[in-house]
Amino acid sequence: MTISVAMTVNGKSVSGKVEARTLLVQFLREHLGMTGTHVGCDTSQCGACVVDVDGRSVKSCTMLAVQAEGAKVITIEGLAASADKLHPMQEAFRDNHALQCGFCTPGMVMSAIDMVKRHNYQLDETTVRHELEGNLCRCTGYHNIVKAILAAAPAMKAAGV
Amino acid sequence: MYDFAYHRPKSLADAVTALKGKDEARPMAGGMTLIPTLKQRLARPSDVVDLGGIKDLAGVKVEGSNVVIGAMTKHADVATSADVKRVIPALAELAGGIGDPAVRNRGTIGGSVANSDPAADYPAAVVGLNATVTTNTGKHAADSFFKGLFETALSDGELITSISFPKPDKAAYMKFRNPASRYAMVGVFVTKTGNNVRVAVTGAGPAVFRVKAMEDALAKNFTSAAIKDIKIPADGLNSDIHGSAEYRAHLVNVMARRAVDAANK
Amino acid sequence: MTAATGIGARVKRKEDLRFLTGTGRYVDDLPLARATYAYFLRSPHAHAAIKGVDLSAAEKMPGVVAIFTGKDLAEAKVGSLICGWVVKDKHGQPHKAPPHPVLAADTVRYVGDPVAMVVANSHDEAKDAAEKIKVDYEVKPANVDLAKALGKGAAQVHAEAPGNLIYDWELGVKADVDAAFAKAAHVTKIDIVNNRLIPNAMEPRAAAAEYDKGTGQYTLWSTSQNPHVLRLILSAFVLGIPEHKLRVVAPDVGGGFGSKIFCYNEETAVCWAASRVGRPIKWTAERSESFMTDAHGRDHVTHAELALDKDGKFLALKVDTIANMGAYLSTFSTAVPTYLYATLLAGQYTTPLIYANVRAAVTHTAPVDAYRGAGRPEATFVVESIVSQAAKELKVDPAELRRKNFIPSTAFPYQTPVALQYDSGNYPPIIDEAIKIADYKGFESRRAEAKSRGKLRGIGFSSYIEACGLAPSQVIGQLGGGVGQWESAQLKFNPTGNVQVITGSHSHGQGHETTFAQIVSDKLGVPIENIEVVHGDTSTTTFGMGTYGSRSLAVGGSAIMKAADKIIAKGKKIAAHLMEASVDDVVFENGTFKVAGTDKNVPLGQAVFAAYVPHNYPLAELEPGMDENAFYDPANFVYPSGTQICEVEVDPDTGETQIVNFTAVDDFGNIINPMIVEGQVHGGIVQGVGQALLENAVYDKETGQLVSGSYMDYTMPRADDVPSFKLGYKVTPCPHNPLGVKGCGEAGAIAAPAAVMNAVRDALAPLGVTHVPMPATPLSVWQTIHGASRAAAE
Repeated sequence: MTISVAMTVNGKSVSGKVEARTLLVQFLREHLGMTGTHVGCDTSQCGACVVDVDGRSVKSCTMLAVQAEGAKVITIEGLAASADKLHPMQEAFRDNHALQCGFCTPGMVMSAIDMVKRHNYQLDETTVRHELEGNLCRCTGYHNIVKAILAAAPAMKAAGV
Repeated sequence: MYDFAYHRPKSLADAVTALKGKDEARPMAGGMTLIPTLKQRLARPSDVVDLGGIKDLAGVKVEGSNVVIGAMTKHADVATSADVKRVIPALAELAGGIGDPAVRNRGTIGGSVANSDPAADYPAAVVGLNATVTTNTGKHAADSFFKGLFETALSDGELITSISFPKPDKAAYMKFRNPASRYAMVGVFVTKTGNNVRVAVTGAGPAVFRVKAMEDALAKNFTSAAIKDIKIPADGLNSDIHGSAEYRAHLVNVMARRAVDAANK
Repeated sequence: MTAATGIGARVKRKEDLRFLTGTGRYVDDLPLARATYAYFLRSPHAHAAIKGVDLSAAEKMPGVVAIFTGKDLAEAKVGSLICGWVVKDKHGQPHKAPPHPVLAADTVRYVGDPVAMVVANSHDEAKDAAEKIKVDYEVKPANVDLAKALGKGAAQVHAEAPGNLIYDWELGVKADVDAAFAKAAHVTKIDIVNNRLIPNAMEPRAAAAEYDKGTGQYTLWSTSQNPHVLRLILSAFVLGIPEHKLRVVAPDVGGGFGSKIFCYNEETAVCWAASRVGRPIKWTAERSESFMTDAHGRDHVTHAELALDKDGKFLALKVDTIANMGAYLSTFSTAVPTYLYATLLAGQYTTPLIYANVRAAVTHTAPVDAYRGAGRPEATFVVESIVSQAAKELKVDPAELRRKNFIPSTAFPYQTPVALQYDSGNYPPIIDEAIKIADYKGFESRRAEAKSRGKLRGIGFSSYIEACGLAPSQVIGQLGGGVGQWESAQLKFNPTGNVQVITGSHSHGQGHETTFAQIVSDKLGVPIENIEVVHGDTSTTTFGMGTYGSRSLAVGGSAIMKAADKIIAKGKKIAAHLMEASVDDVVFENGTFKVAGTDKNVPLGQAVFAAYVPHNYPLAELEPGMDENAFYDPANFVYPSGTQICEVEVDPDTGETQIVNFTAVDDFGNIINPMIVEGQVHGGIVQGVGQALLENAVYDKETGQLVSGSYMDYTMPRADDVPSFKLGYKVTPCPHNPLGVKGCGEAGAIAAPAAVMNAVRDALAPLGVTHVPMPATPLSVWQTIHGASRAAAE
């Protein structure tokens, strides 16, 4: 069944023809060519596919594209104003060596931004580790990811993002 | 997954119509169970009816001393609802422990309860709090709702619209998580309301069940010491590489005691 | 300026920008025009004969472009997937080498064994069609139990390996070791299982291929840690495509940990089919496929005995191991439980006599091969478990028993009794530092405090050594390895002074684009932003052996140093000419050629420009250009070492173990980028913790099915499973490579399982527990405690 779907992604209106079974992550990657959002598992656990839909972090591999009809979607590609102006979370990840192979990173960054906002920019190590339950990383051992998120929270607050 | 016809009705009546008369039509709430099932090609519905477009199915209300939660209310919203936190904090905590943050942004109470996954958390709350499940055709009492493995009292075309939870005097939920899936290996929801005590266990068996022996002991003395030696039999409990039946039986006692301690805090 | 970006600096990574902004290019990201999609039909049985394959319904499915079976590949004379390391058994005979078809034609031998490849216009269409393929299987008995594999009556995997034995190998002289045991004051014995793991890099394996009819050129993109090695194997052994007609590209790769070293069925089939399909073919594993078919790791059953004298000095060690190869021999599988394992059984100790017997067995499970540490975690687990066990039995402090037996710092180079000669090291200061950081002295009071809360605290040591920086080629050859283990580097300057560092190493998370640039910036004085590290494409890089075995810095970095030396040597000649001086008077400092005692100087950039515009230039003696390459073959392995101390708290009611403190002090020789080293240690520790407490690849003994086939059942370490880590460093530079570096990528995973398990055993010792199986899951710990308290009550 082919369905027309339209939404905004990173501030731009986009549309496409999908099947009912097309996942949001497939729509982003294959139809829009935005390959920053990754697929790492098939049980909705790894978090590599996390994007922001209407202000909430969502696993885009567990959402149909048609369910995002009319939604505002933000992906990793939409965070930085430019190469010299990264989002404070992206800066914190780089400053703290919170990524190695980079595959989990887009979902990790999106989840991290979401957790900072939900906790009103106040986080501690235990909370961060708990909030990362839905994001797997095999490279970093999480130590630096936690550091980065704790550093990014006040930076995000100061930057008003 | 296999392809299907997709419907996004705007009203409950339209949803019921969309589900009728198809080879195999399935309602979809948050999709956190249905979509992974479809991705693994374990189901092949001809039609999927997305309930996400129906207004008024989501939301938290307080009616008298009951918290009434719309079926399409997301776990994250139950967890952060000021009303739920005020009236039945144990329910908010349970919701806040389901899945992970992104899953909680999509998964719904109605979907979870209608599914009756043996390892889901909400069934323990429904039975533990003696909630009433309201559907488009009637109401169900908690004790007669969950019938077995993935089996509930819902008939074809019957959709949950809301669940009403009466306020307990004391309540707590303690979950021992499967290390891999983080679902409940054993989850115990304990409540005391007047002289009535309920101990509802999820994760350990094919469906949520109550432990009468613990309820009787706790009704006399609502302390963890009162149930210290009450063991439940391992027969009929789930067993897998993460937890044998004996281990789960043991955990039921441990989690029940911890839940009572937490409820008494 | 160079201090902030040179050797030793915490330089932020150049590669991060693309990963942080979602503009990395992983194999599945590649937009190939008119691409088709491959999907593999896999065996649902652990062992079966294929009686027939009926494609008639499948071929008619919408979107199908082609379907290939094992029969097609056999007819096209596609070769077996090779095992590249010939291990000679006790009697000098080469190991049994059963064939390993790319697509199974007559027999399937593990659940997931690929049987057919469907190529279609979309992934879903390929999958839909694959479901319509009818395979007539004759199911046969299967054995997935390593402990039973070599016994009578076990289902046989290959006719070529009678009794399921691939080799019976030994190292050391048994009679000498037995004699030492006869004189021992104390003998400690352990029986351990090194649990089977599934690597689970976050990026699933993927491959894409296309064929250019006009040039006869194949291009294969693969998630490979070693594109040239993959090309060599495909060309020389499996597909016969001439190397110069096969371009292999490993673009951004999302983690490997060893699992992406090997030549697998899927990229081989996709590459082969590209010319037959006439359109590009893309394949990406679903995670469940990764679980079933990525080479698994570890899976040893071991009995070990340690003989000590009355003062606690180690007299001898004997080890008997059965190692699982899986159903087929993966590319390096035979070497892992032999030359990468038994040769590390001396550990950090002066044990004078060691005997190891290793029998490799086949079972109806996925192939097993190198996984982070590859043999060294298994060795360290044996040695450090038995040493801690001996300390408990002798009632001596585990740190003291270790110190007593450490190889003294004056004894290097130290020839072990297990072939390897350690080049350098100093172990006592490391354990001292670890003890300080971990507040070991305060432990007993913490244990008492935990006890008052009903919890059991334990502390465990793991003093590891490992051999990495693979490897001296001739040693590899003597041991049966079929390849060299040197590395290549090319420093290609452009006329405007910026430089490409073209390396045969590959980075799939290790940060080479930064660390290799730091080396060149430091040595040649080129600003780091003017340096670009290039890797991964066989058409633009010199042949390289790739990245694994913690070799990139020690071997790849050394090749870069050699190439840099050549740049400096040539630059001196150019500068001498420009300064009208004798080349012997020219020195190179901070990026500039100078004549000592004068003001004359030629910055490197000027020499480079002159080389490309050789107007004022000694053309009679010197060619133009500034483009030097080098190959470096290491003189020895490198030997990082360290001590980890793990402190745990066990909840006896649930069996849950929490890691409350984790300390790691390592000697990696000189450190190029401390930030990157820390990251490697963190990641390695968590994989080691995963092995100790969480992860276990489980096959059902009745059905042969992979029970732990997804993240729902295979427990991956999450952020809340581990704490932050306390790290420290000591430095004994490697004496035999120009950077003085030792590898650091695997150390965390090598040492951690023993540290964690020794801590858990220590925590449970008051309950009478002497052995805890690994992984120490809550269920396993509870059952162990339960068993111990039952035994105590009896």
